Amino acid sequence: MKRSYIISDYCSIRQNAVEVNNHIVYNGSGADFGKFSNDIYKNFAVNYPKFHKMDNLSKLAFLSAELLLRDKNINQKYSGDDVGIILMNASSSLDTDRRYQNTISDRANYFPSPSVFVYTLPNVVIGEISIKHKFYGEGNFFITEKFNPSFLVSYVEQLFNTETIQCCIAGWVEIDGNDFESLVFLIEKPDKTDAGIAIFEPATIQDLYDKKK
Amino acid sequence: MEKIILKLKEEIIEVLNLSEMKPEDIDEKAPLFVDGLGLDSIDALELTVLLDKKYDLKINTVEEGKKILYSVKSMAEFIIANKKH
Repeated sequence: MKRSYIISDYCSIRQNAVEVNNHIVYNGSGADFGKFSNDIYKNFAVNYPKFHKMDNLSKLAFLSAELLLRDKNINQKYSGDDVGIILMNASSSLDTDRRYQNTISDRANYFPSPSVFVYTLPNVVIGEISIKHKFYGEGNFFITEKFNPSFLVSYVEQLFNTETIQCCIAGWVEIDGNDFESLVFLIEKPDKTDAGIAIFEPATIQDLYDKKK
Repeated sequence: MEKIILKLKEEIIEVLNLSEMKPEDIDEKAPLFVDGLGLDSIDALELTVLLDKKYDLKINTVEEGKKILYSVKSMAEFIIANKKH
């Protein structure tokens, strides 16, 4: 029998708003992602100095996870080994790759910056979230042409079915310049959550993704 | 001293890509690593390169580096004490 898992919560960050479980929790202008992300950081008093060093993809994923997990006491509910993070996007870390390229494109002012270089892989964002929350479970970042609910659900379900994880942060985190969007879910087993949003299945998350557009 | 501290803060913001931070957000006496700005070994490399490129100053040992890169203030003191012109 096919086992289903539950979306306990979700968080979406788009051009002008941050939404958690269908409630707008922050409104602002996302015309400049740097300023927008900093405003969200300050508004929710995140207080994590490493945030300022992150690249924009990491900032987007970090803030999405931060607001998703806010007041959830997830570390009391699960061991760090049992929490997985599965993310995907279309642009990989191109946003930062370009910035890094700029540091090495001028032979007269050649300086390959290590602090930019370390972010030229998209899976670094999983590390940033894991370090903050002390999650040690399965982590993977996939690149797909567009939001791919079937793949995401099937991959996460397999991790649950094989008891690799007991809880998962999964979703879409895409940024290229000031064009960005995130939709991140907290997925749990049915007996581990009191009030879920919906069953974690492709049609549901595609619907949520389309509604946030 | 104050001038160098301000200049250093601006340079640190630039080399570490702390784009949304302002000099006044950085406490010159606070530890740069772990606490304070929460910097790591990659950043230590960036700061070492900054001292070399902008001030022509080299850090010779790990122990020396720990003292010099402790805070913005300790970096400024190192620059003043070893000014080459």
